[in-house]
Amino acid sequence: MFDALSDRLEKITAGLRSRGRLSDADLDIALGDVRQALLEADVELSVTNAFTAAVRERLQGEALSQSLSPGQQVIKAVHEQLVEVLGGEALKITYASKPPTVILLAGLQGAGKTTTAAKLANWFKQQGRNPYLIAADLQRPAAVEQLRVLGRSIGVDVYSDSSNPIDVAKKGLKEATRIGRDVVIIDTAGRLSIDQELMNEVKKISKVTDPDYTFLVIDSVTGQDAVHTAKAFHDTLALSGIIVTKLDYDARGGAVLSARGVVGRPVVFAATGEKITDFDLFYPDRMASRILGMGDVLTLIEQAERNVDPEVAAAQASRMMSGEFTLDDFMSQLNQIRKMGSLGGLMKMMPGMSKEMRNAANNVDDGQLNKVEAIIQSMTKKERQNPVIIDGSRRTRIARGSGSSVSAVNQLLNQFTQMKKMMKQMGGGGAPQMPGMGKISGAVARAQMARGAEVPAGLEALNAGLQAGQRTNPPAGGRNNKKKKGGRVTPPKQR
Amino acid sequence: MIFAVIGAVTVLALLLLALRRRSRKSGRVQPVRARAAMPTVLVDDVAQRPSLAGLGSKLGSSRGVFDRLRTVAGAPNRESLAIVEEVLLRSDVGVPLTTEILESLGAMDSGQSVLEHVRAALLANLQRDRSVTTTAKEDHVPVWLFVGVNGVGKTTTIGKLAQQQQGAGRRVILAAGDTFRAAAAEQLNQWAERTGADIVRASEGADPGSVIHDAIGRAHARKFDLVLADTAGRRANSTNLLDELAKVRRIADRTPGEVVETFLVLDATTGQNALVQAKEFLASAGVTGIVLTKLDGTARGGIVVAIERELGIPVKYIGVGEGVDDLLVFEPTAFVDSLLGA
Repeated sequence: MFDALSDRLEKITAGLRSRGRLSDADLDIALGDVRQALLEADVELSVTNAFTAAVRERLQGEALSQSLSPGQQVIKAVHEQLVEVLGGEALKITYASKPPTVILLAGLQGAGKTTTAAKLANWFKQQGRNPYLIAADLQRPAAVEQLRVLGRSIGVDVYSDSSNPIDVAKKGLKEATRIGRDVVIIDTAGRLSIDQELMNEVKKISKVTDPDYTFLVIDSVTGQDAVHTAKAFHDTLALSGIIVTKLDYDARGGAVLSARGVVGRPVVFAATGEKITDFDLFYPDRMASRILGMGDVLTLIEQAERNVDPEVAAAQASRMMSGEFTLDDFMSQLNQIRKMGSLGGLMKMMPGMSKEMRNAANNVDDGQLNKVEAIIQSMTKKERQNPVIIDGSRRTRIARGSGSSVSAVNQLLNQFTQMKKMMKQMGGGGAPQMPGMGKISGAVARAQMARGAEVPAGLEALNAGLQAGQRTNPPAGGRNNKKKKGGRVTPPKQR
Repeated sequence: MIFAVIGAVTVLALLLLALRRRSRKSGRVQPVRARAAMPTVLVDDVAQRPSLAGLGSKLGSSRGVFDRLRTVAGAPNRESLAIVEEVLLRSDVGVPLTTEILESLGAMDSGQSVLEHVRAALLANLQRDRSVTTTAKEDHVPVWLFVGVNGVGKTTTIGKLAQQQQGAGRRVILAAGDTFRAAAAEQLNQWAERTGADIVRASEGADPGSVIHDAIGRAHARKFDLVLADTAGRRANSTNLLDELAKVRRIADRTPGEVVETFLVLDATTGQNALVQAKEFLASAGVTGIVLTKLDGTARGGIVVAIERELGIPVKYIGVGEGVDDLLVFEPTAFVDSLLGA
């Protein structure tokens, strides 16, 4: 439905190549599409309208860049505007000079406050702090118990009693000071923004505890209502920031933009899963890519840079392009991927992913890496250097040795051969035959731009090469090719 | 699965190529580029940062907006189209359905007002059988299974339905099938105490299927009338988690149990992702009805119109508060009127 706004825009603006700047009429078309995409991503209507107006201003009269297509130019402007509105830079937690630093969490029912409280406590613990949790949600049955269980699992004490939320918060804070904790996180009951009584209650909690930070916890799948909620809580509590949860759902997360746009406070943290550690600082540039459906290349690049030894990378890359890529190289890459984080997570950051691939990514667990590794390790050294020699009987042996099936071995070998061919073509300057590849390199370039870095000349050449390669194919052929490849994809069910 | 691995390796390979080209350009391999890991303080200069904060004052104007529309007579004009669009989009009806309704306004009967037409167009999507089944075949225990993503109000909904069904004279047993979330069983237990329903629970991390199986066995042996089975909240984009749910449903459907209703619990504040949720849970758990919760807030839950239209799953109940009686039978007309702010 919303597949890669970036692609759609490039298509629409493809005819504008020769002109020097975008006309108003061109802009109308392109921005109409941007508007629809934002609405489909659940960005609230008035925020959407204000946003597209801002993008228009940014683009109007701007001379077209030589190195970018008009479509890319629009995407770049949208991306930049998104990053700007989403926070530019995030908020840095500064600790109170007289501890404890008090943090108050508030939000609707079911947004994930209690889980977030525990995750946040765990995050502070990792920062070397000594956190303390106060369970002031006396409304929902067993909410206190839930926080106690979570607190136990991360080794953080939880204060609560059955008096009333305001007293609990007050007494909990006193207790934290007495036992010398330096960060206090107060979990409150979920409440509707129009429930005056409960809003007054949370205001009182805020008054008696005087928090250094007040965060609104908001669910990333929230629709248009995000603005009402955010605004009401901001009016009542003067929020210092937003924590967005459930970012692992496949939603575009436009609610983040809505809430941010209305309260004008940064999104500080993001929760991305059910595990306590699935929690990190929020990166506006990454969310921007997500809303645009561009994938999270930035994170990918960063992780690659952080975990891959550049010397090894360079050596491997040249082997790849000369077609000498062996299963040993493949193995060493697998190990690098392990270092970079979970396979499913990596796959999801890939731009231009088809639905099947996305599905596959959601189901990849790292145990599957082990299976692939087992198959390769069941080969002899010679076989790994030159997989061509693997005949039927060798296949049977490898399958038996790795505890898998002959068809799995076949699959691996076929995929490997395809990949090798593709790598070689890339090295030779030809267009790769893998769907999504063009998008990846395009996205890499865009991500680099977004990061403020100059687009590396090499990448630009790479990109140009890709486009040239694509242009030689008739567009319809390209589509078919993509489909055919898609059909060959291992069905996600097959594990 | 192998494809996924290969895909990931391919991406990495491409990145390596990109990095290499970059380093080749500079003539040497570049060290890891340091990015500001911890972003800088924002609080001080919030005011100067571009923000859409000014929008706040315009919010809420959508509520009474249909009063303006009501007075618009005859053919729709630019202004009335804009108002219809605003109202529908703001209610989370979604872009496709909104576009369709806007287009249909062109072919509107001249005798109709714009409001009547839109109202009728929405209601046309909500013509469905909304009855609930409370009986199973001979010598079987009817089971209602509750599914949904995290935090939509599954457990609370079960508590309310337990109250309602006990009130209707049925003996109800609750199955604490959410063995994943901390204290979920405890939460359901408090509902059991509050409503006088029986409950079967196990320790955290236990197999949800076995908890529900036990509850059904107990219900069968002691002649209970209905089993309400809770499940853990799960995201709708994981085949593994959905497969697990399908398995739980199969177990619940095994003699002497019979799953007569599978309720998808949906949060009214949810946007377009609700459609994805409905699609996935329909495929894996055979959803027979929707419970739309949290309608007492400012959200309108318009996405259920798109869900009923596309997937044909009827909304059967709505949740309107935290109290034990805050559960109502879904009424399409009242819902549409509330959606339109009429």
